[in-house]
Amino acid sequence: MGAIVVSGLGKAYRQYPTRWSRLAEWVLPGARPRHTLKWVLQDIGFRVAPGEAVGLIGINGAGKSTLLKLITGTTQPTTGSVYMEGKVAALLELGMGFHPDFTGRQNAFMAGQLLGMTVEEIAALMPDIEAFAEIGDYMDQPVRVYSSGMQMRVAFAVATARRPDILIVDEALSVGDAYFQHKSFERIRQFRRLGTTLLLVSHDKQAIQSVCDRALLLDGGRLAREGAPEEIMDYYNAMIAERENENVRSSVRLNETREGKLQTISGTGEATVADIALLDEHGARVEVVDVGAPVTLQVTVRAHAPIPRMVLGYMIKDRLGQPMYGTNTHLKELPLDDVAAGEDVVYRFAFPMNLGPGSYSVATAIVSTDTHLVNNYEWRDLALVFTVVNMRRPYFEGSAWLDPSVDIQRVTLTA
Amino acid sequence: MIPATMLRGLWAYRGFVLGSVKREFQSKYSNAMLGAVWSLLAPLAMIVVYTVIFSQVMHGRLPGAAADAPNARYAYSIWLCAGILTWNLFAEIVARAQGMFIEQANLIKKISFPRICLPLIVVLNALLNFGIIFGLFTVFLLATGTFPGAVFFTLLPVLALQTLLAIGIGMIAGVLNVFFRDVGPFVTIAMQFWFWLTPIVYPASILPAEVRPLLDWNPMAHVIRAWQDVLVKGVAPDWAGLAPVALLALLLCAFGLRLFRRRAGEMVDEL
Repeated sequence: MGAIVVSGLGKAYRQYPTRWSRLAEWVLPGARPRHTLKWVLQDIGFRVAPGEAVGLIGINGAGKSTLLKLITGTTQPTTGSVYMEGKVAALLELGMGFHPDFTGRQNAFMAGQLLGMTVEEIAALMPDIEAFAEIGDYMDQPVRVYSSGMQMRVAFAVATARRPDILIVDEALSVGDAYFQHKSFERIRQFRRLGTTLLLVSHDKQAIQSVCDRALLLDGGRLAREGAPEEIMDYYNAMIAERENENVRSSVRLNETREGKLQTISGTGEATVADIALLDEHGARVEVVDVGAPVTLQVTVRAHAPIPRMVLGYMIKDRLGQPMYGTNTHLKELPLDDVAAGEDVVYRFAFPMNLGPGSYSVATAIVSTDTHLVNNYEWRDLALVFTVVNMRRPYFEGSAWLDPSVDIQRVTLTA
Repeated sequence: MIPATMLRGLWAYRGFVLGSVKREFQSKYSNAMLGAVWSLLAPLAMIVVYTVIFSQVMHGRLPGAAADAPNARYAYSIWLCAGILTWNLFAEIVARAQGMFIEQANLIKKISFPRICLPLIVVLNALLNFGIIFGLFTVFLLATGTFPGAVFFTLLPVLALQTLLAIGIGMIAGVLNVFFRDVGPFVTIAMQFWFWLTPIVYPASILPAEVRPLLDWNPMAHVIRAWQDVLVKGVAPDWAGLAPVALLALLLCAFGLRLFRRRAGEMVDEL
């Protein structure tokens, strides 16, 4: 239960030159087809194993929503097929079909019925739904007095009242307040632990990287890449930067690092990272660092063309690609002006390694302003990988070293 | 005729169908202080208007109805109601079905559910409205001593036949309307002509003799006549005349379903 197999899936919309040509095609006997096909999705094929969580990313218009609609059966594919086992729940359009004049409870019944539940089933689940939505007395007020967040709470509570074998989520979680976002995400995680297969569409890097085992990248209606969430997200970010710098000669390259991970490099290449190293307090290159040890990140940038304004940024990420810390010389108010071609610039960033034990990577960006979207000279993911180990400190949890000084007072209350 | 998958889908979504019917009924009156009372008052007012205007003010008498017959006083209004109430059922189904896919475009585009639920919801809603008003009308018949007796129940097959005819036409118009939006306004106009081309407010006998045979080609003329026969004259419907209408209704339904099944996928793209 819970497998999704998509094979050879394609979707094309029919386009007719005039309103009359469809009529002609329908009624004229033996008429040639008068429509042209506009393909929005082509040759999509992937499998999701039971219990697996797969993220789907892509820029707007890449075909993500169409793909989800095809998978949920809302629209019919032009080619190929979708095969799914088990109960499917789709959080695509939360609150669809809510009627403003009915109460939250009545609408919950209706939403449940739209999911194919019977009145008895919904009635049995109603206490859970109410408890999860946490909107109190509003449950029996007409939905028109609801805030959009409240409506969304009810809709989410109904849609996830039963654990499905397959859960399909389309950015629905970006609505609602932070508290409810956490809560709904926790419910999705809980479903995952119980074996629900998850297909998640999101632009939210953290969401994809923290929940998904694998990611798919859609581009121009085709499956562009498939792989580990971190790698796909890096590639996706590089791709966005490419779009912004389309008029500049540039490309996205992939290098394999020693660890066998794919390193994404993008940008115009007018300046590149010639060398990057982590140095200990004696200036020796290290790959393993003790918690709290003073280190220096040394980056040598080589300019291959005159750069009017150069900013170097770096980001330390954990094993899942979640950002730990990032800054750049623009934020530090140390941009360089008029770097000449052939010049080498050595940057040294000194800081104590206040990270918890684990594997981390450094991404670098050579840009002209605060972001990599204006002039992206070079963006390099996984430029450096290092490991933090705890050699001298007492055991602690987490990915940050926030060692407290502890003060405890025992007060005896005398009567 | 209806494929098994469609029936299974309908059965699985029976809660949605019944819930939608209930909600649509409720939503009409949910903000009114008198609530569901309006669903009784509106048709009651209509019956009163027709009775007063036509039988009292205009001294309407059915040609051929004996002046001393027990139902003479009400004959014209009963005859009128028999025609208008049933025509309204027919017209409501056609009108709602014709627009059902476009009205529910949002739902159809966003949520995966058996689309065949929509025509069923339209039919059940129309039948519910009809049930209320016709129930009142039946009470009126009983109160005035003009209830036709056991022959009344021969109306059930007539009702079924009429519903089939309406949904057949409505389904075809509904699907076509998605692709050719001209169909909607066209059907609305056509229904008006159809109403006046059917002997509902006027008796067929006032038509010139050479025109009258043409009425045989109007399926609704047979249906309305059946209601009038039963309710006014107290005689069973002319089954022989209704048989071709039944055949037509089945053919239209079959064609409508086929059209629906072939175009359902494309319809989502077009909405």
